[in-house]
Amino acid sequence: MKMNNAKNREPLTDTQLLMSITIVIFVVMYLIAMIFLGGGFLHAQQIFDMLNDNASLIIVSCGLTIVMIGGGIDISVGAVTSLVVMSCVLYLNNGGNILVSIFLAVGIGLAFGLVQGFLISYLEIQPFIVTLAGMFFARGMTTILSVNPQKADHEGFAKLRDAKIEINALGYTAKNGNLVPARMELGVVVALACVVLIFILLKYLRLGRNFYAMGGNQQSALMLGINVKRTRFLSYILSGLLSGISGYVFMLHTGAGNATNAAGMEMNAIASSIIGGTLLTGGVGNVAGTFFGTLTLTTIKKIVVSSGLNDPWWQSITTGGMLCFFILLQSVVLSKRSKKKKQ
Amino acid sequence: MKKNNTKFLAGGLGQLTIPLVAIALLVIFNLIRDPGFFSIGIMHNNAGNIVLAGNLISIINGASELAILAMGMTMVTAACGGQDISVGAAAAIAGSVFVKVLKSADSIGGGTVIGAFLLACIVAMLFGTFNGILVAVFKIQPMIATLILYTCGRSIAYWINGGATPTVESPIINAIGSFIPGIPIPTPVLIVVVMGILFKLLFHFTSLELFTQSVGINGSAARLNGINSTFIKLLSFIILGVCVAVSGSIGVSRLGLINHETLLLDIEMDTILAVAIGGNNLGGGKFKIGGSIIGAYVIQMLTITLYAMKVSSTDVKAYKAIVIILLVVIGSPVVKEKFGKFMSKMLENRKKVSVKGAEES
Repeated sequence: MKMNNAKNREPLTDTQLLMSITIVIFVVMYLIAMIFLGGGFLHAQQIFDMLNDNASLIIVSCGLTIVMIGGGIDISVGAVTSLVVMSCVLYLNNGGNILVSIFLAVGIGLAFGLVQGFLISYLEIQPFIVTLAGMFFARGMTTILSVNPQKADHEGFAKLRDAKIEINALGYTAKNGNLVPARMELGVVVALACVVLIFILLKYLRLGRNFYAMGGNQQSALMLGINVKRTRFLSYILSGLLSGISGYVFMLHTGAGNATNAAGMEMNAIASSIIGGTLLTGGVGNVAGTFFGTLTLTTIKKIVVSSGLNDPWWQSITTGGMLCFFILLQSVVLSKRSKKKKQ
Repeated sequence: MKKNNTKFLAGGLGQLTIPLVAIALLVIFNLIRDPGFFSIGIMHNNAGNIVLAGNLISIINGASELAILAMGMTMVTAACGGQDISVGAAAAIAGSVFVKVLKSADSIGGGTVIGAFLLACIVAMLFGTFNGILVAVFKIQPMIATLILYTCGRSIAYWINGGATPTVESPIINAIGSFIPGIPIPTPVLIVVVMGILFKLLFHFTSLELFTQSVGINGSAARLNGINSTFIKLLSFIILGVCVAVSGSIGVSRLGLINHETLLLDIEMDTILAVAIGGNNLGGGKFKIGGSIIGAYVIQMLTITLYAMKVSSTDVKAYKAIVIILLVVIGSPVVKEKFGKFMSKMLENRKKVSVKGAEES
């Protein structure tokens, strides 16, 4: 990519620059962890574990990235995920069908996307307030459905939950000489598919480019003949849809519904998007960056734990510190670039 | 003339339409449901003081922290065009510092409490400055800048007291949290009144209100007019820091202990909501602190009403969300415009009927 740019003498866009910074930092951080901490970091399974644990976070962050590129915000995603998990578990426990449960998950997500999108784009209410109300509503509905944790005991679902993709080539030999293959859950496949599809959407399809145009400058987007209201509507629908999918993936991972599921996920998703180079002001961002942002966030947590800092406050303090570092870095880099442009 | 008419129907009382309508609706609803809902009784509390009691008092008392935070948040919203989502975490830090100082003293006297409060204020102001520098100097969006403190604030509070939830026993702390002997009004309410008066005096004797509005409406234009917009933004965060320290200390005094996990939990969302219900534009610019205070009371009244209707505390959120959506839909500019048009059409139709005029295409 850099070679291409050098040939065409085309400078990196803000999006590409911020994304490459994230990827470089992620790789460097992971290499440092491999060299100094060793242990689990040397096995490919570590990366797969990170993906297994965070598949739903990745999906949610993708949706949030779309909304943030369009210049909005959606803080209902975590709560919707939790609601989807709870309702699907209850539905399956009452003798439901797996196919229908998937439709249920997607349907709940879509419903939230539709209502929030309509209120935000056509009634012009501030997105923060609407999605905040959405968050309250979804959290409240989750506890109305069931205050107690519910475990899914559906046979077909158990098979689906335990299905894992095993890759022998990336496995490692355990102490007793058995080959332990690298395991990947089905949710990860869904998450990766979402990342790829949204990457294509944002990069090559008209709708994706419209998101950037709308987030960059709403007035000029309107002048260019983009239907801004509909585009914004669609961005929230996509985000809601992805929250629904994320809920199903979350359920595949945990297999149980709990009112405190996915607590604080919205803020983790926002943090992932920011670390991945998406600006809340809109117009700049990339899902590939978001994907690496999620991994960076997880890696730092893993590093903290394996460095022996087990006290519960360390994880969030280091996360906060890293967030601070990335935010400052982006601010400095972008302000330097804009100064250069002016000259 | 016609335009004025439409504007009047659409706008009504201007910025304060939504909060006042909301309060009126809630009051009417409660009166229909239970005519005795707002009765105020006089009773003796455990300490033997004569105090006021009743739903109305508990609404006004319970909303104190929220109202104080909403005042500060209005300033930040107006100046920076964004919200501080770290107020809950910062209040936990301030509360922890407050308790830490009280615990380290041999005996808790009036001086110790004031000292502890001042230290909590300074710490909260420092964290406010940190947020303010990120927003004003580095030009980071407020929500993102405060996400840092939101993420790690409660952990810092945890660390200050070494993970414990210490309790403080003192008549002075009790007096701050509930009632001063001899005064029947809850002390937090008095503190809200004092804070409100302080803000009023601040706006009366300085040009801060005008400066904040102009920075919020157009920062660079304000700068060209000689207003130091960086400083105004920073100042708004420092003022919010003071509000955070006050509400954190009230929260601690109410319970007599600091629990870093649950102290003023999720209050940041309620605070922003109070500012929005108060009719302030979350994008910055013109503001009315009074609106935000009324907004805080609307939220608390809603919560108490739901509790009175035997809704469990975990389920309250869902009903709250529906009411919020209804309120913002009524207040949204598009709906207002549509409603205004509809009303003027109705008036026109009525005229037509009386004049028996020709049809309009």
